Amino acid sequence: MNFTTVMGGIELGCIFAILSLGLYIAFRILNLPDLTVDGSFVTGLAISSAFTLLGQPFLGLIFAIIGGALTGVFTGLLHTKLNMHAILAGILTMTGLYSINLHIMEDKPSLYLGGLPNIFDGLRNKVIINGYDYGMLIQLLIINTIIILALYLFLKTQIGMSLRATGDNEEMVRSSSVNTDLMKIMGFGICNGIVALSGCIYGQYTQTATVGVGTGMLVLGLANIIVGETLFKTRGIFNHLICIFLGAIVYRLILTYAFQLGLPTSDIKLFSAAVVILAIFIPSIKPRYEKWRKKNARD
Amino acid sequence: MLEIKNVSVIFNKDTINERRALDNVSLVLNDGDFVSVIGSNGAGKSTLLNAIAGNVTVDSGKIYNNGYDMTYEKEHKRSKYIGRLFQDPLKGTAPSMTIEENLGLAYSRGKKMRMGFGVRKSDRPFFKKECEKLGLGLEHRLKAPVGLLSGGQRQALTLLMATIETPELLLLDEHTAALDPKTSKQIMEITDKIVKENNITTLMITHNIKNALRYGNKTLVMSNGKIIKILEGESRKNMSIQDILDLYSQNADSLSDSAILG
Ligand SMILES: Nc1ncnc2c1ncn2[C@@H]1O[C@H](COP(=O)(O)OP(=O)(O)OP(=O)(O)O)[C@@H](O)[C@H]1O
Ligand SMILES: [Mg+2]
Repeated sequence: MNFTTVMGGIELGCIFAILSLGLYIAFRILNLPDLTVDGSFVTGLAISSAFTLLGQPFLGLIFAIIGGALTGVFTGLLHTKLNMHAILAGILTMTGLYSINLHIMEDKPSLYLGGLPNIFDGLRNKVIINGYDYGMLIQLLIINTIIILALYLFLKTQIGMSLRATGDNEEMVRSSSVNTDLMKIMGFGICNGIVALSGCIYGQYTQTATVGVGTGMLVLGLANIIVGETLFKTRGIFNHLICIFLGAIVYRLILTYAFQLGLPTSDIKLFSAAVVILAIFIPSIKPRYEKWRKKNARD
Repeated sequence: MLEIKNVSVIFNKDTINERRALDNVSLVLNDGDFVSVIGSNGAGKSTLLNAIAGNVTVDSGKIYNNGYDMTYEKEHKRSKYIGRLFQDPLKGTAPSMTIEENLGLAYSRGKKMRMGFGVRKSDRPFFKKECEKLGLGLEHRLKAPVGLLSGGQRQALTLLMATIETPELLLLDEHTAALDPKTSKQIMEITDKIVKENNITTLMITHNIKNALRYGNKTLVMSNGKIIKILEGESRKNMSIQDILDLYSQNADSLSDSAILG
């Protein structure tokens, strides 16, 4: 693997780390896998691209987050007010979003953003060491740092603690005068707002927007989280967030290496799904093996 | 003062499984009353507490707290002034959060959500002092996740959480039943101390007749969705466990009589 490929992998890892940090709120804090992300990732991408075409990438970033948060709120409403299973609620929102996203992109399946103002323009070609432009990486690291710190501080506030407790022991929270429905709606909102931000940044980074790119985002986000948790076992929220960030980078580097070895790009989703299955399966082998060993020892 | 007026709760209404879990129950609790509730399985004890707490909607009748009609108030609104404990020690605490975070959540109950940290620096000495009262050494483990505590420790913490902001009503549903005898006794003592110190109006369900007569100032005996006896004062003091068991079986008889007579 040459240097540029590795750096590219790290940069993409940083972008999908944002996705996983958002997903962490739904998947780990609320204990609800949220399929909305497959749609809201593209919603962020589409909104920011539409604004970029108008020459306003930063306004696009803000509206991408808001738009994404609204998709999450919608899923949250379906889940809490209509008593729908979280997965079904997510699938419905995601499916509906496909059309909405297409409309936002003026009914074109893909948009090209090259040559337009870009949120990464600020540091482009400013920090060049040994011929590589580190501007992108620096900005991505700053964004990740801000998100990690913001999430950490938020989860320590009273509202954040109520959100965590809702995922941990809903019954208890309900009997402690907190409106758990509101907490879940908020959790989905935050999750998808951050996921949409990651979609927006993905579009700015690749300078293209494709409506179908969202498929498998949930699984990718889970793969990042699970790889991070498996590699860096720790306790505490801050460490957990750092783990997820590192997991996303490691996972992307693994993918990059697999591509180098000849994995066709079309197999990337299969690969992600396999990694999630393996990461869940491997820790369960040891107890099974122990049981099998004991059983056979007895005979 | 808690007033329950002619409350009925019917499960599976208009089906063959119809079950009158509370049958026209009326009851008045004065401020500071510590009332134990006994009765055989299915007598309607838990349903009575659930109706007061709001996770069971009553079919008829009214419930007033200090004159305020709370019959149809939402559960999470009532919990501003009601503290609850269940049999399962896992139910009352958030396992992946630390002791101080759990206390922080409980301490904010009924207050407006505020910005800033859920556990403030200034809260810690107070939480520490409250934990010391339990005498279980929890004050040294404020930063430990609650999931690491034993059932008894968790139940004691839940009790502390339910009362750290003194509630107007405390509802205990067999809250020591899942603990070993020694821990159970310890939690009963702590309960008694906290309830007396803060003069909290309390309803405590128990299957331990000895405890029911020993703690508190009144005892309700329930059967078949009805309160069949309220014991207090001298008559309660002179009650023996055998007398109570006789009460139970008398009622079981009248139940089978009515079953025979249709
Ligand atoms: N959600 C429900 N749906 C249908 N029936 C119910 C429900 N909850 C309780 N019941 C019935 O109502 C009756 C009273 O139940 P309750 O739980 O109040 O009894 P209890 O006195 O608490 O008994 P135990 O000592 O066993 O806890 C029982 O016959 C029970 O089967
Ligand atoms: Mg019961």
